[in-house]
Amino acid sequence: MLPIPPPASVDDVVALLDRHDYFADRRLATSVFLALKMARPLFLEGEAGTGKTEVAKVLAAALSRRLVRLQCYEGLDVASAVYEWNYPRQMIEIRLAESGGHLDRDQLAHDIFTTRFLLKRPILEALAPADGVPPVLLIDELDRADEPFEAYLLEVLAEYQVTIPELGPIVAKAPPVVVITSNRTREIHDAIKRRCLYHWLGYPDAGRELAIVRRKCPRAPESLAREIVAFTQRLRGMELFKPPGIAETLDWAEALVALDRLALDPQTVADTAGVLLKYQDDIGVLVPGLVAELVGGARPADPGDAPG
Amino acid sequence: MPPGSASAPAVMGGAGRGRLADNVVHFVRVLRAAGLPVGPARTLAALEAVAAVGIANREDFRGALGAVLVSRQDELPLFDQAFDLFWRHPGLLERLTAALSAEGAAGAEGEPDAAIAARIAQAMLPAALLPVRPPDPGTTGVETALRSSSHEALRRRDFETMSAEELIAVRAMLARLRLPLPELPARRTAAAARGHRVDLRATLRRATGAAGALAPLRWRQRLRRTPPLVVLCDISGSMDRYARMLLHFLHAITNDRDRVHVLLFGTQLTNITRQLRHRDVDVALARVQRAVPDWAGGTRIGRCLVDFNRRWSRRLLGQNAVVLLISDGLDAEAGEGLAAQMERLSKSCRRLVWLNPLLRYEGFEPRPAGIRAMLPHVDDFLPVHNLESLTDLAAALERPSVRGRMGWRRAPERGSR
Repeated sequence: MLPIPPPASVDDVVALLDRHDYFADRRLATSVFLALKMARPLFLEGEAGTGKTEVAKVLAAALSRRLVRLQCYEGLDVASAVYEWNYPRQMIEIRLAESGGHLDRDQLAHDIFTTRFLLKRPILEALAPADGVPPVLLIDELDRADEPFEAYLLEVLAEYQVTIPELGPIVAKAPPVVVITSNRTREIHDAIKRRCLYHWLGYPDAGRELAIVRRKCPRAPESLAREIVAFTQRLRGMELFKPPGIAETLDWAEALVALDRLALDPQTVADTAGVLLKYQDDIGVLVPGLVAELVGGARPADPGDAPG
Repeated sequence: MPPGSASAPAVMGGAGRGRLADNVVHFVRVLRAAGLPVGPARTLAALEAVAAVGIANREDFRGALGAVLVSRQDELPLFDQAFDLFWRHPGLLERLTAALSAEGAAGAEGEPDAAIAARIAQAMLPAALLPVRPPDPGTTGVETALRSSSHEALRRRDFETMSAEELIAVRAMLARLRLPLPELPARRTAAAARGHRVDLRATLRRATGAAGALAPLRWRQRLRRTPPLVVLCDISGSMDRYARMLLHFLHAITNDRDRVHVLLFGTQLTNITRQLRHRDVDVALARVQRAVPDWAGGTRIGRCLVDFNRRWSRRLLGQNAVVLLISDGLDAEAGEGLAAQMERLSKSCRRLVWLNPLLRYEGFEPRPAGIRAMLPHVDDFLPVHNLESLTDLAAALERPSVRGRMGWRRAPERGSR
């Protein structure tokens, strides 16, 4: 797999992402461009379902690099994120040395803490890839990890290196492309953000969302796609606990296609509301009168510009 | 000018001994009184640093003390001002007194610099020399020495009935209060003498060095950690006096540890955590004042809870947060939609504690609609009108939560008022 050279301009980034079915707005493309150019991590924050993870996936595909993904969770530690020693192999090595009879303890201690016994976890894999090609490292939902892990990341993000006490620092020959995402379930520390390029991913406007639906769900007829987009756009303007993201819009489009619907009607909306809204309180807001009004509003209106 | 003249505070002597040492110790004490967290270990380090650098060059001397005594960027201005005041002038006390009375008229705006200077001066001066200043509840934090008997009386006095001097004294006491939350098991582990998990890495490292075939097992144990604390404090007109006092308490606990978040609400919700994080209480409160548009206005508890639930609860209430809701529950909108929002809040946190100053009245009954709507959803319902109730709060939080068994529990009776 030969890595594709990084794009030379923001326009190239837009075109590159577009070829891989990702419609990036200008600001996101600029952030991506700078992240590649300056070899800085890209910090993407935004509501769930706005396409943060997708950026990393598309980047990996577009640059023809491997995607190394680290899903964060509370209590994530070095052993699952960075590296771990291969304890069974180390034990066997000790047993072999003992049964061999010639036991030089200093030598043994030296031998079993070498790269041969090292299991690479995502971060080390990204810094020292087996094939030598720096991958795209996706650190997904960093807000789910706890503060100690954030602190650990500082060294990784600033120097592109990790320090293994028994081996010393391991420095990346070429820095990986790092994408960090956060749903903002808590604030990430300023020290992390300071080392990254920050981008807030919001909901797309109607024109861009329509283009996304048309591209990602081509089986939906254009008129239906327009109604779907107009409907979800209006839904986002309401006071909901969790407004639908692009992911939900696409799911809904798929669902309506699967149900062979060619146009929205209040009954269908009520039946499929669970695809769009994931909280009972939010679904409760969609009383029949309001649904009829939203459907009526979505039908004749042109939601925005034609797909770009 | 090197601090080597024969004047009061700065006197030559063998570094680490004699009058220079005394003055360094005194200087550290001044910083401590002015709010810097410098303990005895820092004093020793300061003496050591001064001994190493000497006092020939004033800036070196400043740097040495600063390197040891300052640990946060926002402490620097306070340190520098204190240094200039303390180590420069001969006849320091007279000059300070003059400076203070000159600026006595200014500073109503709560200028941070002026506030700092005033406080350093007060930390240095004996109480008798202090010029009389009109007490300003918002911006000053004078520590007044009180006899222990009046301490006891103050602990039980309602904030609302205190005189200006009493408020000032109590504020200093509030600044020393802490709120220890019971620790919860975390997901992280640490090496321990007795644990529940084998530490393979440590065991193997040990095994390579041990004689014989038996390698002693090493263990790891789960760490314990205090959960996040989220404070929602009502600043409407009816709560004004309490809220202003409690801000001193909130400032103290915000700076005591991480994962404390403070939001104020009246007609709208404001997150003031960042403002409160400033070490200097006067600067912090001046910033809060500027950040909050709705001091002492009306209350729309339901509206603010909707806002909190939608915008903040997912960001702040993870990891078993404890929520302190400080409010008298008197809602302008008579509790409309309040119950549902309280239920959501209660369900998104580990423990919901309602602190209500109205509980000071012996015969308090939850009659207003807002209070009735909120009560079924709280785990604890406690008073918050005097120092003693705040001290008792820590004890109440130590007790396990009774969630699910009863809606709320009246606090044990106090013979306060």
